[in-house]
Amino acid sequence: MMRVIVTVIGNDHVGIVAAVATELTKLNINIVDMSQTIMDQSFTMMLLAEWDDQQLSLADAKQALTALGQRNDLTIRVQRQSVFDAIQKI
Amino acid sequence: MESRSILETIQMIDEENLDIRTITMGISLLDCIDSDGAKARQKIYDKITTSAQDLVKVAGEIQTEYGIPIINKRISVTPIALVAAASGDTDYVAYAQTMEAAAQAIGVDLIGGFSALVQKGYQSGDRKLIASIPQALAETSRVCSSVNIGSTRAGINLDAVGELGRIIKQTAAIDPVNCMGLVVFANAVEDNPFMAGAFHGVGEADRIINVGISGPGVVKRALEQVRGQRIDVVSEQIKKTAFKVTRMGQFVGTVASQRLGVPFGIVDLSLAPTPNEGDSVAEILEEIGLESVGAPGTTAALALLNDAVKKGGVMACEHVGGLSGAFIPVSEDAEMIRAVEAGRLGLEKLEAMTAVCSVGLDMIAIPGDTSAASISGMIADEAAIGMINNKTTAVRVIPAPGKTVGDQVEFGGLFGRAPVMPVNPSQPQAFIARGGHIPAPIHSFKN
Repeated sequence: MMRVIVTVIGNDHVGIVAAVATELTKLNINIVDMSQTIMDQSFTMMLLAEWDDQQLSLADAKQALTALGQRNDLTIRVQRQSVFDAIQKI
Repeated sequence: MESRSILETIQMIDEENLDIRTITMGISLLDCIDSDGAKARQKIYDKITTSAQDLVKVAGEIQTEYGIPIINKRISVTPIALVAAASGDTDYVAYAQTMEAAAQAIGVDLIGGFSALVQKGYQSGDRKLIASIPQALAETSRVCSSVNIGSTRAGINLDAVGELGRIIKQTAAIDPVNCMGLVVFANAVEDNPFMAGAFHGVGEADRIINVGISGPGVVKRALEQVRGQRIDVVSEQIKKTAFKVTRMGQFVGTVASQRLGVPFGIVDLSLAPTPNEGDSVAEILEEIGLESVGAPGTTAALALLNDAVKKGGVMACEHVGGLSGAFIPVSEDAEMIRAVEAGRLGLEKLEAMTAVCSVGLDMIAIPGDTSAASISGMIADEAAIGMINNKTTAVRVIPAPGKTVGDQVEFGGLFGRAPVMPVNPSQPQAFIARGGHIPAPIHSFKN
């Protein structure tokens, strides 16, 4: 299984969560954990996503989500979780 | 899922220019030695291209999966003066061309190790290698060269110091930009991942992965949060930040080493600036409280910075090595360039700064009419600082033909541009011309 952190940052507008969730459904990606807030007037959403990496490569998932971000004026990043643990935890 | 840590990490990468400056694979060429030069070069080409064939691919994968920019992929090899010595070749330019071809075949940015270690004396390959440097750098674009001319245990080879002053002039006469591929060291380290001074020491394993980190922007931003507070707080803040930055180096090195099947060597705890705004070591010093880098107090602020980076970084990774300290390459640091152009930073202050940080007089353009003896004098001074203080020091200067103080030399990309700096006009000619060897220093009575 592939577990990644997806972060979505941009100007707040109606339908961001719906658009991201729809794309993830299309890609057959499961949401394990999710948080969303407005920080410094920016929409900021983070979710822990999981999928079968035999079915979908990380590069393809990343490409689909990056493209979604471009269409909706959002910055969407896809990064494997372990990097955050490595940097922030002793 | 810890939102704050995730956002902080993303901010470090996106806004503060945190990146992995280099993944460098060290490759031993000792098993490529052959009495037939052509055969040796074929073995060198084969060993490099098979050992590192996946280096660029793996770095790309790590960048995609983890969202960490990896700027350079590099190779360092055993000093060619040792590898080529057994051949009958009288000129080693062909070895540099082989290194270039191998680097090109696997797509790495730079390859270091066109090097000689002459701190105590010359073996038969050393003179030939040093004499080949100007032509080797002219005929290649990725090859980097270094010569170690002194050490704390061996003293300083003044013959080599004199010769390298002339070699630097010859290199610049062909094209001053070639000088950025040539570093003259004292106390050179064997596991340095940074160019132009990287080579794979003879005491190293057959192959090894070393990682160099960057991140002056992250430190600067962290210090903005403690303005006006006591210097102790500054030191603590740098330590904490260096820890996080270094963790990323440790992480990337571990992943790269697993995927390449090559042991992980060291993380080099260096703050390496780039000419990009907000990626400057000089700006950190100014954030600590100097009006401009070069002001009285600069050496002290830099000493604190350098030491705190090491203290924070040492705990963050298994093995620390390389040059490990703040770099002060003038052309690669936008704020440093501004200070030079405003007349606030000169060679003498830079020399003092090199006594407390890595690495030395680095990426400094000097007038084209600077004599070879003056360049040798600069090398001797830096080597003396390194020798006496038990640290690595180096000189990478660019005597730009036809240019004088106020002009500048363009290197492009990460290497930036260098304003031509004035050099003290009085000559060390007779001192350098003596030749011989400065004896190793005594290690007692430290005052």
